[in-house]
Amino acid sequence: MASFDELSTRDRLLLAAYPWRRAEPAWAPPRGPLSELRVAVVTSAGFYRPGLDLPFRPILGGDASWRALPADVDLSALRLGQVSHSFDRRALKADPASGFPVPHVAALAAAGIIGAVAPRHVSVNGSILAAGRLVKQTGPAIADLLAQDQVDLALFVPV
Amino acid sequence: MGLLAAAVERRGIATVSIALVREVALRVGAPRALAVPFPFGRPLGGPGDVARQRAVVEAALNLIRHPGPGPVLEDYPVSPADAAGPSSRDGS
Repeated sequence: MASFDELSTRDRLLLAAYPWRRAEPAWAPPRGPLSELRVAVVTSAGFYRPGLDLPFRPILGGDASWRALPADVDLSALRLGQVSHSFDRRALKADPASGFPVPHVAALAAAGIIGAVAPRHVSVNGSILAAGRLVKQTGPAIADLLAQDQVDLALFVPV
Repeated sequence: MGLLAAAVERRGIATVSIALVREVALRVGAPRALAVPFPFGRPLGGPGDVARQRAVVEAALNLIRHPGPGPVLEDYPVSPADAAGPSSRDGS
C-alpha cells in the first residue's frame, strides 16, 4: 500500500503500537556496479525447510532466530513460519518467490544484471517485538554469514 | 528488518529494502528502500506475477546506484507505468 493512510484501521493501530526502533544510521558504499555484485536475499516470511531446519517458535516477543537457506533451495518444500495475521498468507504459500525472490535474483545473474547469487540466503521471522534480540544477536549473526559468503549487496524483503 | 539491514551495513555490506509502508521505512531509518504499492503478504506483487516481481526486485537492487549519503527512499512507480517495467528516477 506504500502509505500509512491506505492501511486498514486494524493494521494502522498495530503499526502505531509496534515498538519501532530506529537503527543507528549506517551506510556501506557500493563495492562496484550492480553487474559485478554478489547478491543475497533476506526475507521476513520465516521460511524454513521442514525436517532440515528447526521451525520458528511462537514465543513471547517473537522468535528472532534465523535460517540460512541454500541458493538452490526447493521453494515448494518451504514452510511459512510467519504467524502474523496482518498479511495474505495464501499468496506466499502459493508462490514463495513472491516474498523470497530466489529465482528472480538467479535470473538477474543469468542475464548479467547482477554479478552473482550468494551461496546462501537468509530467512527470519517478522513481527518481532523483542527488538533487542535483533540488535544484539540476529543482526550481527546475519552480517557474519553474509560477510563469510562474500556478499556485496543484501536485498531485504519484508512480507 | 531495518535493524537487521543496519547491522549488515555496519559490517560494510550494502543493503536495499522493500518497504510496504513508507512511514515505516522512514521511522526505522532503512539505508536504501523502495516503497511499493502492494498489500502485506505481497511485497513484490501478486503470486504468479513473475514479470512484476522480477521488475520490483531489479528496481530495488538498482537503488545501489545512489552514491549516498543515505537514507534513500524511492517509490516504485504505480501502474500504468508498471507495465513498462522498472524505472530509475535519477536516470542513472
